[in-house]
Amino acid sequence: MSNFFNKSDLTRQDADKLVSETLNNCDDGELYLEESKSESILLDDNKIKSSNYSSDLGFGFRAISNEVVAYSYSNEISKDSLKSSSENLKSTLKSIKGTYNHEIPKSNKKFYEDINPIEQKSLDSKLEVLNKVNDFLRKKDLSVKQVTASFAGEQKSIEIIRSGGEALTDVRPLIRFNVSVMLEKNGRKETGVYGIGGRQSYDDYLKNDNWKNVCEEAFRIASVNLESKPAPAGEMKVVLGPGWPAILIHEAIGHGLEGDFNRKKTSAFHDLMGEKVASEGVTIVDDGTIDNRRGSLTIDDEGTPTERTVLIENGILKNFMQDRHNARLMNTRSTGSGRRENYRHIVLPRMRNTMMLSGNQTQDEMIKSVDKGIFAVSFGGGQVDITSGKFVFNCTEAYEINNGKIGSPIKGATLIGDGPSILKEVSMVGNDMMLDPGIGTCGKAGQGVPVGVAQPSILIDKMTVGGTKL
Amino acid sequence: MVKDQEFLKSKASYCLDLAKKMGATDASVTVGHSISETVNFRNKSLEASDRSDGLALSIETYLGKRRSSISSSNLLDENIKTLIEKCFETTKITPEDEFNSLPDKNLLAEQISSLDLYDETRFENDKKIKYLKDLEEAASSDKQIINTESSFTENKSNFILANSDGFCDGYKTSSFTTSCVTVAKDENSMERDYEFSSKRHLSDIKQASDLGNKAAEQTIRKLSPNKIGSEKINIVFDKRISKGMLSVFASAISASAISRGTSFLKDKIDQQVFANSINVIDKPDIIKGMGSQNFDSEGVNSNTLQLIENGILKNYLVDTYNGKKLNLQSNGRSGGTTNLYFENGNISYEDLLKKNSKSLYITETIGHGSNLVTGDYSVGATGFLVEDGEFKYPVNEITIAGNFKDMFKNITLANDLEFEYSINSPTMMIEGMTVAGK
Repeated sequence: MSNFFNKSDLTRQDADKLVSETLNNCDDGELYLEESKSESILLDDNKIKSSNYSSDLGFGFRAISNEVVAYSYSNEISKDSLKSSSENLKSTLKSIKGTYNHEIPKSNKKFYEDINPIEQKSLDSKLEVLNKVNDFLRKKDLSVKQVTASFAGEQKSIEIIRSGGEALTDVRPLIRFNVSVMLEKNGRKETGVYGIGGRQSYDDYLKNDNWKNVCEEAFRIASVNLESKPAPAGEMKVVLGPGWPAILIHEAIGHGLEGDFNRKKTSAFHDLMGEKVASEGVTIVDDGTIDNRRGSLTIDDEGTPTERTVLIENGILKNFMQDRHNARLMNTRSTGSGRRENYRHIVLPRMRNTMMLSGNQTQDEMIKSVDKGIFAVSFGGGQVDITSGKFVFNCTEAYEINNGKIGSPIKGATLIGDGPSILKEVSMVGNDMMLDPGIGTCGKAGQGVPVGVAQPSILIDKMTVGGTKL
Repeated sequence: MVKDQEFLKSKASYCLDLAKKMGATDASVTVGHSISETVNFRNKSLEASDRSDGLALSIETYLGKRRSSISSSNLLDENIKTLIEKCFETTKITPEDEFNSLPDKNLLAEQISSLDLYDETRFENDKKIKYLKDLEEAASSDKQIINTESSFTENKSNFILANSDGFCDGYKTSSFTTSCVTVAKDENSMERDYEFSSKRHLSDIKQASDLGNKAAEQTIRKLSPNKIGSEKINIVFDKRISKGMLSVFASAISASAISRGTSFLKDKIDQQVFANSINVIDKPDIIKGMGSQNFDSEGVNSNTLQLIENGILKNYLVDTYNGKKLNLQSNGRSGGTTNLYFENGNISYEDLLKKNSKSLYITETIGHGSNLVTGDYSVGATGFLVEDGEFKYPVNEITIAGNFKDMFKNITLANDLEFEYSINSPTMMIEGMTVAGK
């Protein structure tokens, strides 16, 4: 755990006093202290291209009254710096008075260990793995023309000091291992990417030469794409594979169920609470409590313990995801979804691990039921316009389905749909729910945070596929 | 106040001296300081204020051809010392790479001229509040607008770049950015759109009411959209989308993508890649330019580059490392393009719209559907159906797709170029793309 006060002229008592004094007449707020250590090591083009280490330390001071949020951050933890932030907050909120809410739920459950993954594996052994990846893939097949492999590791320590001196702390490890391979055959080039990660040590993910499986998967995706044909264009049936394709849920539904957009009534879902928004059999939860997952958090960035929030239960909209600010203004409670990229950013309600739960059909049944459509196995990124509800995501591995059978692979195409109606088009839910491999980063208002997704195979009756073949 | 040059220089030379003392053969360091103040409004009242004050340091140490780097926001001498030690220890065990080096000395920028990138005017938060009030008043005057959100950010930055070959320079920059997002609703749909303005100097920022009116107008016209059928169609890209084609082009000609072989424009120097009427220029010395710079992120002098001349690819964007790999001299583009633009075409905006009896006018795209390796392009889009030069109705929930190699050769540009951002393009038409809809 970091001690934020031992290298500063600011004592813990000074900080407590200043926090209480600043937030006294506000509805909520806190001093958020953060220290992070991170590394990234990249092998590219047969060489260790870069090895970077970075350390970051700073605070963000937030005061909220009524609907107004005042925020000030600095990377200098000192008496002067905290005082000037305090002045800044007071001047913004000078004419708005509130009553501080001291209540914050407690839990002693932890979903990951206090480790520093960077220190747990020597630089030498990380370099060795990267070089092995490069050799393995280049020897595997003559069509391999480029290999990129990387490690990213981080340890983030936070402390939240609330008015009255209550303090909440968390230490969060996070790692990611990624392999990208480019193949060239008969003048065509295609790339395959695969990665793994979560809130454990590197070796928890790399044991039993697991790096080889990551390489094989990246290679397999690239090989499939070398044979791909132009994708069809138009509306058709779409079968989604289990696991990572759940970013569809994240984009189509997840963002629209975040508290801020609904308080502001800018989400297409804001007036649908309690209504049927999905087919029967569709249940979606957002869960911050799964051990060691990329999107899991012991406490959120306001100090609230995370939970498993049911968003949609058997087709009915049940809950939005809330941070303290939006929860207070909407007369409800925080769901432990208040997150920020780091101390430079304000807290927003965000997703953690967003999951559609299993039903009882099989992927086979789904494919067999489709005359003409596509089977999408893996995706790159996605995006949503939460107001119109329209969302897209890009296939990185997909196949045609003709007369109930999987056909040729198709080129990367964008799929587009309408968030509030897409889940009503789900006609089969598989029994094969799977978590993604631990690679997701969600962007909102310029802030990226690690997230997870999960889903079983599903059949969507109608979606627009953005290919070139009419 | 943003820290002065003397403070940043003293930190930079402290780092270089320390790295040298530990045995580094070369080193380079960037020290920067930035202060930003933002005020956010929603529905005509104050929603948030945000002040940020951040120092940043990054150091690269070399031991012969070995290199590694660190970065930190903590500029206490004691912390810097620990980090440089760690950095140098890492350098020692990082494998050699023959292309690692500081830039060639004779390429370093020598005399830097003022490009007027800094406006010291303080725009107090009370004035930002007044501006945003006026802006939202205008934005919400139509009753179909049900939500307005706007912000004003003032930023002042300063930096020093120094290396062990004696380069040590930097300068202040400022920016003033204001934006407005509006939501409109009718019985059929709810739509969102935006407008923004970003300038080096406060006096160049758009009038608050103009910005608000524009955002509202652009949102209201999107209401009650239709989906259209799947077909081949000519697409007109609004300026805010056409400039994105230049971003894709810039990524595809970066020396890094070329040397790794992961670009659809590899080995295309001196070949036709655009229609022969197209010229693309990257100009670093535009006065008050949003992308202007005196030198690149390695200290290398950057001159104006003609990237495309009559449709032919003339230059890649070259930095030191990838330049050495490709046997090319750095052209001062470590960190990418500066002020990048298409030269004007020779047809007016109105005539471009009338050129075909039917076309699709795109105002927004979503998704990350550009594949730089294959050139394949497929994104979600919203826009308008245009017939005989007239906007007929809004269109959404469609995708547009093609391949950049073909798209670039079928571009026609209007003559309405304006220098608003760091990347600028006239309105663009591309013939024969595929729309997927119903």
